[in-house]
Amino acid sequence: MKKKVFQLLVDNTSGVLTRISGLFARRGYNIESITAGTTTDPNYTRITIVASGDDVILEQIEKQLSKLIDVRDIRELEPEESVYRELALVKVEAGEKERENIMSIANIFRANIIDVNPDSLIIEITGNQSKVDALLKMLEGKKILELARTGIAGLGRGTDKVVNLDDLKD
Amino acid sequence: MNGAEAIVKCLLEEKVDIIYGYSGVAIAPFYDAVGETDIKQVLIRTEQNAAHCASGYARISGKVGVCAVTSGPGATNLITGIATAYADSIPLVCITGQVNSELIGSDVFQEADITGAAESFVKYSYLIRDVNDIPRIFKEAFHIASTGRKGPVLIDIPIDIQQAEIRKFAYPEKVEMRTYKPTVEGNAAQVKKVVKEVAKAKRPIICVGGGVHLSGAMAEIRRFVKDNCIPVVSTMMGIGVMASEDPYYFGMVGNNGRPYANRALNESDLLLMVGARVADRAVNRPDLITENKVLIHIDVDPAEIGKNVGPTIPLVGDIKHIFKKINEYEDEVDLIHERTEWINTLKKYKAEMIEKRPVIDTEKFVDPKSFLQTLSRKLPSDAIYIADVGQNQIWSCRWHLVRNGRFLTSGGMGTMGYSIPAAIGAKMADSQKKVVAVMGDGAFQMSMMELSTMRQYGTNVSVIVFNNGYLGMVREYQHYALDDRYNMVELHNTPKLDKIAEAYDMKYLRASSQKEAEALINEIAKKDECVLCEVVVDPLDLAK
Repeated sequence: MKKKVFQLLVDNTSGVLTRISGLFARRGYNIESITAGTTTDPNYTRITIVASGDDVILEQIEKQLSKLIDVRDIRELEPEESVYRELALVKVEAGEKERENIMSIANIFRANIIDVNPDSLIIEITGNQSKVDALLKMLEGKKILELARTGIAGLGRGTDKVVNLDDLKD
Repeated sequence: MNGAEAIVKCLLEEKVDIIYGYSGVAIAPFYDAVGETDIKQVLIRTEQNAAHCASGYARISGKVGVCAVTSGPGATNLITGIATAYADSIPLVCITGQVNSELIGSDVFQEADITGAAESFVKYSYLIRDVNDIPRIFKEAFHIASTGRKGPVLIDIPIDIQQAEIRKFAYPEKVEMRTYKPTVEGNAAQVKKVVKEVAKAKRPIICVGGGVHLSGAMAEIRRFVKDNCIPVVSTMMGIGVMASEDPYYFGMVGNNGRPYANRALNESDLLLMVGARVADRAVNRPDLITENKVLIHIDVDPAEIGKNVGPTIPLVGDIKHIFKKINEYEDEVDLIHERTEWINTLKKYKAEMIEKRPVIDTEKFVDPKSFLQTLSRKLPSDAIYIADVGQNQIWSCRWHLVRNGRFLTSGGMGTMGYSIPAAIGAKMADSQKKVVAVMGDGAFQMSMMELSTMRQYGTNVSVIVFNNGYLGMVREYQHYALDDRYNMVELHNTPKLDKIAEAYDMKYLRASSQKEAEALINEIAKKDECVLCEVVVDPLDLAK
């Protein structure tokens, strides 16, 4: 199994997310994460999808997504030419005794503590997926009460492959 | 002008002359506007069949088939018809009425999220929110349905939008969709590569699929075959691209196909897949197909290429355009001797491997093989033949001889009950042609209500029911795979077909022996009339 990150520019229509997620569901493709948000032009949404599968499946995913009429642009974000970031919020059980220790772990990862309660705290971490995974690994042994990961958002590096939104217009 | 009138104007712009459908309050304004025009309205008896009718009409006329039904159950009933068309890439525009815009999402009477429900079976769908979008949306819908890989497009229209006044009606002259630009012309370099590879092949073969019909490329393919001396096999949807008795044609491939067609495919050194998906029913192990041969895959849908099998040379584009280009290369074929030998080998395989049929008691039953062979010889050579789904479909694929007519069936979805409504659509598309629908007693009972539609509109179709009191195809599966444990396949109390014919006020003929079968065929083959034929076949007969 390989992973690929796809960046899509799609029409911001109602139902566009259903069309995309429905395609993955009915064809049995694996979707690891999907994030979506509007671009500087509210007519378009940028979506980052992390998908997994063998080469044939990954090629089919790209082809089938390209066929969707709402999809205006699709490209692979290759690791060496792109940056990925994910946000994760981790609520950890932390009484007085453990608080210091957890905070120092968070510090190592340059993560922020954004909420503190007598018996828990919430860590906010941003980074690529492996950084988030590494933090979670360090927290093994602590009691994670709740975890919310956004899935990654990504962009290609540099200006070579920037899609001008005005060029997308019909 | 209100929304409904605007829609009808769009349909007139698209030269729509017939609409299949079912009425209801949520679509009433639309039909009210249709009534003011010369567009023919055909009221079917259940919505699913509106889509099948439109499908039969589209396949014969080459135009986009149109159906329109009401909201809620009307729309959901349509889904199987839409899915059937989608699986066979048949161009349809399906219009559904919807509840008042403001009420959408509140579960009011006859509300269904049809664009959501049909999502995976449509090429695209629209829910119209603004009456002023109607001209653009219809222009796009007909464009999407009829270009590239064809397919159904759904348009859902709330009743208030049908009633709202449109500011100004202007039908767009052309469609500009940045995200939808199907490739028509094949890449010139790839075309050249194909020509070069074909020239080198000693044992080439072409496998034609439904895409050849959809592209209207029959003449181009036939010319290519002759010019290059290349044998042809077909998928189920590709039947009729070549006449059945053409010396270059070696039958249908696949599980239910001819063993010698499969052998030809396997022993070829070059395979041209043309407008075929390499689906499971046609090619059992697509991963093995490229082991000993060059595979050239030509399809208008780039996603089909490489989906089931990785080709040596992919070529995306419209088949008619591509073969016109290929045919322009007029090099002499050097390997004509090898190819003639190859064809002779295939002829030998055909003679050796032709299936042996169990002997049928022809005093008690009609033998489907000789029935279908005799029927197809007696029919006008350009007859339109529609096979349903089940054993009748497999028999039809094997023994109906296509000359210069058409062979239609629900190949991808395998929807039982397809044949009667599709025959109605086909006959309405070309009333001069003889139209025959062949089905089993199972499929017949799924759409026999449409006999009433046939009578209402004077649509002359020969309806032939192979009656064996079983869902024969499944019974056959249970015979081979489940030690003859027959569950859910016995059809008892099938209504007496003579009484059905009488109830629908149509002619009835019956044959339960070979002799009667011949008389029946002679009676119906040339006549343009509405007739229900009951042909009694052996319940234990097998298609394989």
